Amino acid sequence: MTAPTTALPSTAPPPPTPGGSFVPPALPDSRAARLRWAATDSWTLTRRTLMHWARQPGTLVLALLFPVMIVLMFGYLFGGQMDVPGGGDYREFLMPGMFAMTMVFGIETTFAAVSTDAARGVTDRFRSMPISPSAVVVGRCTADLLNSLVGLAVMVACGRAVGWSWHDGLLRALGAFGLFLLLRFALLWIGIYLGLAAKGPESLVAIQVLVWPLGFLSNTYASPETMPGWLGAIAEWNPLSATVGAARELFGNPGWGGDSFAARHAVELAVAWPVLITLVFFPLAVRRYNRLSR
Amino acid sequence: MTASIGAPPGVSPGTPGSRTPRTPSTAGGVAIRAEGLRKAYAGQPALDGFDLEVPRGTVHGLLGPNGAGKTTAVRILSTLLRADAGRVEVAGYDVARHPAEVRMRIGLLGQHASVDEVLDGRQNLEMFGRLYHLPPRAARARAAELLERFGLADTGTKPVSGYSGGMRRRLDLAAAMILAPQVMFLDEPTTGLDPRARTEVWEAVRSLVAGGTTVLLTTQYLEEADRLAEAITVVDHGRVIARGTPDALKARLGGDRIDVVVAEDAELPAATAVLERLSGTAAEVDAAQRRIGVPVRDRVAALTAIAAGLREAGVDAVDIALRRPTLDEVFMDLTGSRTPPAEAANAAGAADAADAATEAGTAEPAAASTARSDREAHT
Repeated sequence: MTAPTTALPSTAPPPPTPGGSFVPPALPDSRAARLRWAATDSWTLTRRTLMHWARQPGTLVLALLFPVMIVLMFGYLFGGQMDVPGGGDYREFLMPGMFAMTMVFGIETTFAAVSTDAARGVTDRFRSMPISPSAVVVGRCTADLLNSLVGLAVMVACGRAVGWSWHDGLLRALGAFGLFLLLRFALLWIGIYLGLAAKGPESLVAIQVLVWPLGFLSNTYASPETMPGWLGAIAEWNPLSATVGAARELFGNPGWGGDSFAARHAVELAVAWPVLITLVFFPLAVRRYNRLSR
Repeated sequence: MTASIGAPPGVSPGTPGSRTPRTPSTAGGVAIRAEGLRKAYAGQPALDGFDLEVPRGTVHGLLGPNGAGKTTAVRILSTLLRADAGRVEVAGYDVARHPAEVRMRIGLLGQHASVDEVLDGRQNLEMFGRLYHLPPRAARARAAELLERFGLADTGTKPVSGYSGGMRRRLDLAAAMILAPQVMFLDEPTTGLDPRARTEVWEAVRSLVAGGTTVLLTTQYLEEADRLAEAITVVDHGRVIARGTPDALKARLGGDRIDVVVAEDAELPAATAVLERLSGTAAEVDAAQRRIGVPVRDRVAALTAIAAGLREAGVDAVDIALRRPTLDEVFMDLTGSRTPPAEAANAAGAADAADAATEAGTAEPAAASTARSDREAHT
């Protein structure tokens, strides 16, 4: 048989150690060494995502501009028809909701990354390597939170451009941004869980079908008081609404007021909901990951 | 060229004394040992008392029909799956007790090329090198060395998604070789590749073995096992049904075979009659190829007798060939009338991704199981 053009050496020099045994790097044998391994591995995997951005800037830019497009659509196309309860500018009302929406869209990013790796066998390759077990997840988590930070920065710039601002000081504003990231952190576990449970990245459409009602059935675009009673109740208790309501409060942006429990305790709920979601989906995601070896 | 199989640069041999609790067993020259492996999915056994012993530095072929348990076995041996019962030692370490030690010493090539599609070849290998805890400089050097060795040095910054199937597989193999593993698992390394890419992968496997690595290979193509493996284990229904060298397995069928190809369809009956009379057995007739085959004992005498017999009968033979039985024939004989794997693979594209329990024990055609293969590939 003729040799392929990209000829490979038919013989290779023997390994340096006798008996064909290569001595690999020693495994960590102390708690500190294990932590160091976990940190290095997590960073390597975070860098992997950063390299994806560098290689596919178009994909990143499109994902970042999508919420901007929604702001323009709702802020200018529909915004003229919107009455903010208690008066105020609709775009000031809209922006906190759009920050939160950006966090919700993040589920799709997490889901796509996790399910692609699982379907392509990359997750299995990682599992067959001496990687710190937590690194795959921590790397994903760090990369996605970084992605959300960039997304928030773009939205802040967009908000300033359409006349939005915070009015009660930087400290309270930072608190609101913290709540957004907390929400994103909680949704991360839903994304990882669904990504491991799904057959492959093709199921992304199904995730979008789940994500959109979560985003729109909230106080992001309209006041729940204007909706039919049952729908308004769902929108009011939507975890997203809690974060949005709390952020409006912290930014000093016009809100929809309301006198319900959910409306009066928005900040508490904006902390409680993500914690609850994490408490449910973190163990589910871990269990799903461990079940890969069953 | 620098030492390509050997230790990556910058890695100094560790001191085995500092890891006494995890010292490998001194199990002589055995690289893989599995005893009494059992694994069931939802009550359906996928492995049912599977044994395997692979001497160090050899290539071992694992053959079996779809759903026989090959992939399940490889996944257990490579620490991806926990066995329900049984003992596994790979590179001297117990897989269940010291998976991390085993992972340091194995390479795995799954059924899908599991590399990052967005990154280029160099970025992939550097990333995997870092994940094997090579220092950055060593990871870079090792990546460059492996790209060169696998003929991928000129791919530049092209993302892997733009690679051909063969290139992707070679990169996959390079990634699995970063630590110069003692044991390499190849799960159908050439399924879905064109003949040229297949040859490239075979070359890579041969050079791997030349460097002292032990290889366990599952394959759909018996020809592949015949070419690469020194010993073969045939699995069916999660159990070993035969093992030995390819030649020894072929010898089980006994004797050699003579194939005759005739020029005209009309000559088939006459030629068949001649062959059956002279060999004393029923002939296998492939009407489409106009080929008739019979087993024979006395090789040269049978050949001359058949040639003379055909001439007497006035049959024009296009081809008369004396040959050893193929591994396909051995396989058909061992596993009954079930589809030989090579045909199944052709029919299904990429079959046997799963060894799913529901498939085990049934003789369903490979095509029917393909739809599920992707989903189950990572269960």
